[in-house]
Amino acid sequence: MLCEKCNKNSATIYYQQIINGEKKEFHLCNECASKMQGVPSFDNMFKGFLDSFMDMGNVGYAKQSSFACPSCKMTFDEFRQTNKVGCADCYNAFKRQFGSVLKNIHGSVRHSGKIPKNAGAKLYTKREIEKLREELKGAVENEEYEQAAKIRDKIRELEGGNFNE
Amino acid sequence: MNKWYDSSETGDNIVISSRIRLARNVKKYPFSCRLSEEQAYNLIDDVKNSIKNSRTVFGDSFDFINLNEKSEIEKHSLLENHSVSPELINKNKPSAVLIKDDETVSIMINEEDHIRIQTVFPGYNIKKAWELADKIDNLVEESIEYAFDEDYGYLTSCITNVGTGIRASFMIHIPLIEMFGQVENLGQAISKFGMTLRGIYGEGSEPLGSIYQISNQVTLGKSECEIIDALKNVTNQIIEQENELRQNLMKNHRIDLEDKIFRSYGVLSNCRKINSKEAMQLLSDLRLGIITGILETNGDVNIYKIMMDIQPGNLIKNMSKNVSADERDIQRAKYIRKCLENNI
Ligand SMILES: [Zn+2]
Ligand SMILES: [Zn+2]
Repeated sequence: MLCEKCNKNSATIYYQQIINGEKKEFHLCNECASKMQGVPSFDNMFKGFLDSFMDMGNVGYAKQSSFACPSCKMTFDEFRQTNKVGCADCYNAFKRQFGSVLKNIHGSVRHSGKIPKNAGAKLYTKREIEKLREELKGAVENEEYEQAAKIRDKIRELEGGNFNE
Repeated sequence: MNKWYDSSETGDNIVISSRIRLARNVKKYPFSCRLSEEQAYNLIDDVKNSIKNSRTVFGDSFDFINLNEKSEIEKHSLLENHSVSPELINKNKPSAVLIKDDETVSIMINEEDHIRIQTVFPGYNIKKAWELADKIDNLVEESIEYAFDEDYGYLTSCITNVGTGIRASFMIHIPLIEMFGQVENLGQAISKFGMTLRGIYGEGSEPLGSIYQISNQVTLGKSECEIIDALKNVTNQIIEQENELRQNLMKNHRIDLEDKIFRSYGVLSNCRKINSKEAMQLLSDLRLGIITGILETNGDVNIYKIMMDIQPGNLIKNMSKNVSADERDIQRAKYIRKCLENNI
């Protein structure tokens, strides 16, 4: 594909901008991209790449941009300027904004790799308790009180183990 | 102690080295951009102790380096050997690195993320690199609780790294793909697979010596092994392409290829002054010459090792004196001539 601007060099940079909700696409060569206003230079490509996703993810969230993370006080505006998250809790605070952005970048919003042993142990226990609660509900509904008592003990045991950690 | 890049495996393959980087953050501290100086010092101590106080073979094999105490030249040399990132040495906050004696592992502290575990092996050994990184990661986690979310996985400073926090990469030498002007096309093609191509010194660095790094961009939603397998698949195709071009050239234009390689050899074995960019390009030709058998060696010459040694910081470090750029170019030429003498 040739560069849309000079029709001479091959287009190496794909860039999209969202202006007033309207998506504009550019296919440019390196040279023209660096000259064109509003298109990030090659050094800033990555930043521009993120920004274009941000715009897509941020439609309708503009009012919330002054909302801050309760732990580190980072606002969403501030995050957008630096593209750096302030603390672990930011991920929770900006969950709505991040969701679509992450989906755009990674094609997914759910981790499916390694689980650390510490957090992983808790995660495992948590999943186990959730499962037992379901079983307990079933047992009570079926009036199997002896069984229900057993399950309740198991849940207490697991929850106790959690507190000791 | 032999370093990983001394291995002959870096010498005779398209894939020079395999690298894994894991981004991790400590739960109890705010991320790097919000970290106070005092917290940074505590972080450095925590990570240092997680390795040095561990009752494993690793404890004694790591060297702890406080980067704030190092000169610019020393820091640059670490960068050229890929033990640290540009971001880490340019940081004006407290930062440090733990480096294993053979330089296969480096643990950067207070980079963009609190912890960056990096492993590297010569040649096509990405699985080995991952296994070692995984082991080091487990060791650090024995005494440190990571910032981890059930949905998002390992939480990172930049949301482009969240999830596995992994960057798996191969360093590849592709002189012919470059010669045929196909690097940009290649970059575009692999981006469709969630991969990216960068220069030898990473993001924003200019291509040197036809050496590139190919790595994954997607970190969330795929497991570490899936990411590594995808990288291997794409890289295998690149290797195939480079090999095909090479065979084609050897068959149909051998004399031109020989001419180019022997001219580069002529310059390198006779030059009296050379800058690193030109040297890298000519050394790349030599590497191709050795791989194709056009140049015969006695087996004692490793071009990649020479490439590392002639970088400005390493060159000065090996000379242990402060020299001007002019003097450096003279010393570089001398060093290369010495390396090639009697070996090719
Ligand atoms: Zn153009
Ligand atoms: Zn926060």
